[in-house]
Amino acid sequence: MTRIGVVTFPGSLDDRDAQRAVRIAGAEPVALWHGDHDLHNVDAIVLPGGFSYGDYLRCGAIASLSPIMADVIDAAGRGVPVLGICNGFQMLTEARLLPGGLIRNDHGSFICRDQRLRVENTNTAWTGSFEADQEIVIPLKNGEGGYIADSETLDRIEGEGQVVVRYLGTNPNGSLRDIAGVTNDRGNVVGIMPHPEHAVEAGFGPDTPAAMRSGIDGLGFFTSVIERMLANA
Amino acid sequence: MGRLSLGANGRIKARPSPPIGALRLVTSRPELFVDTVENAAATPENEQPYAALGLKPDEYEQIKQLLGRRPTSGELAMYSVMWSEHCSYKSSKIYLRQFGEKTTEASTKNLMVGMGQNAGVVDIGEGWAVTFKVESHNSPSFIEPFQGAATGVGGIVRDIISMGARPVAVMDALRFGAIDAPDTARVVHGAVAGISSYGNCLGLPNIGGETWFDPIYQGNPLVNALAVGVLRHEDLHLANATGVGNKVVLFGARTGGDGIGGASILASDSFEEGGATKRPAVQVGDPFAEKVLIECCLELFAGELVEAIQDLGAAGISCATSELAANGDGGMHVDLDSVLLRDPSLTAEEILMSESQERMMAIVAPDKLDAFLAVTSKWDVETSVLGEVDDSGRLTIDWHGERIVDVDPTTVAVDGPIYERPVARPDWLDALQADTAAALPRPSSGDELRHQLLALLGSPNLADPSWITDQYDRYVMGNTALSFPDDAGMVRVDEESGLGFAIALDANGRYCQLDPRAGARLALAEAHRNVAVSGATPAAVSDCLNFGSPENPEVMWQFVQAVEGLADGCLELEIPVTGGNVSFYNQTGDTPIHPTPVVAVLGVIDDVAHRIPSGWQDEGDNIYLLGVTRTELDGSAWADVLHNHLGGLPPVVDFAEEKALASLIAAGGKQSLIASAHDLADGGLAQALAECVLRFGVGARVWLTEIMERDGVDATTALFSESAGRVLVSVPREDDVRFRGLCDGRGYPVLRIGVTDAAAPALEVQDLFRIELDELARVHRGTLPAHFGPTVGA
Repeated sequence: MTRIGVVTFPGSLDDRDAQRAVRIAGAEPVALWHGDHDLHNVDAIVLPGGFSYGDYLRCGAIASLSPIMADVIDAAGRGVPVLGICNGFQMLTEARLLPGGLIRNDHGSFICRDQRLRVENTNTAWTGSFEADQEIVIPLKNGEGGYIADSETLDRIEGEGQVVVRYLGTNPNGSLRDIAGVTNDRGNVVGIMPHPEHAVEAGFGPDTPAAMRSGIDGLGFFTSVIERMLANA
Repeated sequence: MGRLSLGANGRIKARPSPPIGALRLVTSRPELFVDTVENAAATPENEQPYAALGLKPDEYEQIKQLLGRRPTSGELAMYSVMWSEHCSYKSSKIYLRQFGEKTTEASTKNLMVGMGQNAGVVDIGEGWAVTFKVESHNSPSFIEPFQGAATGVGGIVRDIISMGARPVAVMDALRFGAIDAPDTARVVHGAVAGISSYGNCLGLPNIGGETWFDPIYQGNPLVNALAVGVLRHEDLHLANATGVGNKVVLFGARTGGDGIGGASILASDSFEEGGATKRPAVQVGDPFAEKVLIECCLELFAGELVEAIQDLGAAGISCATSELAANGDGGMHVDLDSVLLRDPSLTAEEILMSESQERMMAIVAPDKLDAFLAVTSKWDVETSVLGEVDDSGRLTIDWHGERIVDVDPTTVAVDGPIYERPVARPDWLDALQADTAAALPRPSSGDELRHQLLALLGSPNLADPSWITDQYDRYVMGNTALSFPDDAGMVRVDEESGLGFAIALDANGRYCQLDPRAGARLALAEAHRNVAVSGATPAAVSDCLNFGSPENPEVMWQFVQAVEGLADGCLELEIPVTGGNVSFYNQTGDTPIHPTPVVAVLGVIDDVAHRIPSGWQDEGDNIYLLGVTRTELDGSAWADVLHNHLGGLPPVVDFAEEKALASLIAAGGKQSLIASAHDLADGGLAQALAECVLRFGVGARVWLTEIMERDGVDATTALFSESAGRVLVSVPREDDVRFRGLCDGRGYPVLRIGVTDAAAPALEVQDLFRIELDELARVHRGTLPAHFGPTVGA
């Protein structure tokens, strides 16, 4: 069975949710601790959402220097799939594994909403089960989710297809070019601001036209990496 | 001049005069002086600043009698905070006893821990228990809205942790001044951002609550925060210091100079207009420290490394040490020099009174201390051993090698003063009750009724509060089965069986102003109904009783009426009150707030898969109104919004009916006969219809004729009356016969009043008016953003 590690940092909040998502997708979740230098030989890694270190200094800045991050960076370099969700995305940009950065929402407040998105790159380790340009709805909840990069970088990642998901309808936080998630040039490291782990179980996800809280569009991120692992095995 | 003084450093602005002259009056070299027990005995004549610390002369005399000498400055600090209204419940105690006395075997059969501990605990079956409590943080939230509201959330969550539970949800009841008053935006922005920041950072879903705007709260907003925790039965812990030789350990954030006198100076007095600022008495929160503390405490409980954990909230170390010792079986000794300080210049008295947040006190067996320290060190939580449990029967505290406190802990924590305050029915009440809504004009034309519906739908208290709730994380933890805008919040407890709880908070200050007893009962009935319409069965109650000054006999009368009404109501419903909080001194000048008893009802549901949403989702479902509509417009939202009128008598409440209604919906939910259920309350049937359309954007055609004929009411009353015991349900056609059978079998009044219509997204009230979904949405969603700024995606 595919083993997917979920790192808990001080102040991680959605770590158990990410573990549940991994389990529902059909893999074995492995709890990893920020202070260890031990990835327990997992096949893929999730850096979960939350407010690691209280978001002090800058979101994700202190966590990106945690002992385990040296191992995560090393693993990413070897091609191990890494998914950073929300605060995890912030850590990945702070660790320079992904281009750009994330700043305070343009409207200044925390925002929680069911967010429409378009999956634009289905070649990454975490998006292979989606169809090209598939529209999905997953929860978004952040205070500092505004994606920024200089225009040269933006043009480059657009040109290289490194924009993985884009906001549709409403840009909820002022992200440049509506960017909600990006990948590295190798496609194994993905960071996204919305929370796929909160749309994996009918009854506890976003509302859909079919039924209340029945949205499970987030599941594809986790099944994608499992399929990738099985294909490579 | 000592540190606890007015002036020099401006730290405590207690009362306008006199300067408290410090707790170290007796020497010209205050920085070197320690007021020891020995010194206190030797200098009985020394004047002490008891009045500035909030103690009355006779209370000070009582302390001297208890001790057989004058208190040391440290003891005076402890007694002053612990005997404050906020901590001692001295004006309310004699009435609150009813909650424990008015019970039946049925009402307490699932009660594992009742009032008196940090929070009540209820058995919800399958080996699970739930603990919950609602508490006020009103005064700090006016002075410093962000920190006041944030630390309100922090404090109630620590109460939950100390029972051995994992916190799993929060909620809040908010009262602000008029929505267009100049100062309201400051308080709203601050309080909402504070709750958002603290709750979100703790990773606790905010699953509901309520917000009201009313000029009566202009100078005294209310921020009541509720938290719920879950635990296995065997994990239950009580905060008692037992076992001679066990260590007393303080862990969490360092102790600083914030929040000194918060309980005694802020929460137990009214604000003087033009008086000195009390801002330094507000605590400052660090949610990250609390999140780490939660995980740390849960790991300590799981490893069985603690005998007890007590949170440090109001009155800080004074409260934690005296309560732990008083609830234990021996005594306790503490060395105050071991407290880790943020500010090394704090005096002993300040350390005893500080309300610095994110601190916990544990009782730890000596052989488990190393393992305990290993866990706190894993979570980078600073820890110090302060002392140990002994068999002296006394609480003794040393500072710089000298004894500064030597008291019987029960005299501090339990046997504080008890007052039987004068009670007087307000003489203005008869006139207010006589001024009914009967004289207000009631329209009958469709156009006018349409206009009135929209006016109510967009009024501040009935408008969509998404501007607020969108700032709260409702998804975290992955177990939220219902949250705003449904009538109750619901959380799954057991991922295998689907066992869960539902919870709702309600209060109606206008009704309580008209008749506090009836108003409190209506709040209880509404919270009960809100839980029932979610499909859960109500099981327990917590309350937060917000009132004016207890020194005002009219306020005391309102309080007594409300408490009696609530206690009697819970007895009739056969559900226990598990705990709560009293907040007095909510007034501006001499004008008290409307009595605002906030009632939280918690219910249990076997499987959250059977939950019921509050709006229509499907085409062609029949719409039924359960219950009877009476001409009850006194005190209603209709009277307020359209006529700026408050007078008359609130609607009647029949708890036998409410119980029957709840059981009917639970049965219908279990058999999956009910597609949606929505409580009728503020704004009556009209508001409920509009909200049912707006929930999922499915329209409806309804008719009022049968309600008007059966109940003998006019169209205005049918639409806007706020009669209790009513719920709007939608039923799929194929389940119609079974649903009618269910109602007939139980004899509950029911009328089919319409049918859902997905093709035409509008609310059509036949022969009267029609409102398109777009217009409903625009009116409902526009009000808060117009005052506080846009919402994302609106």
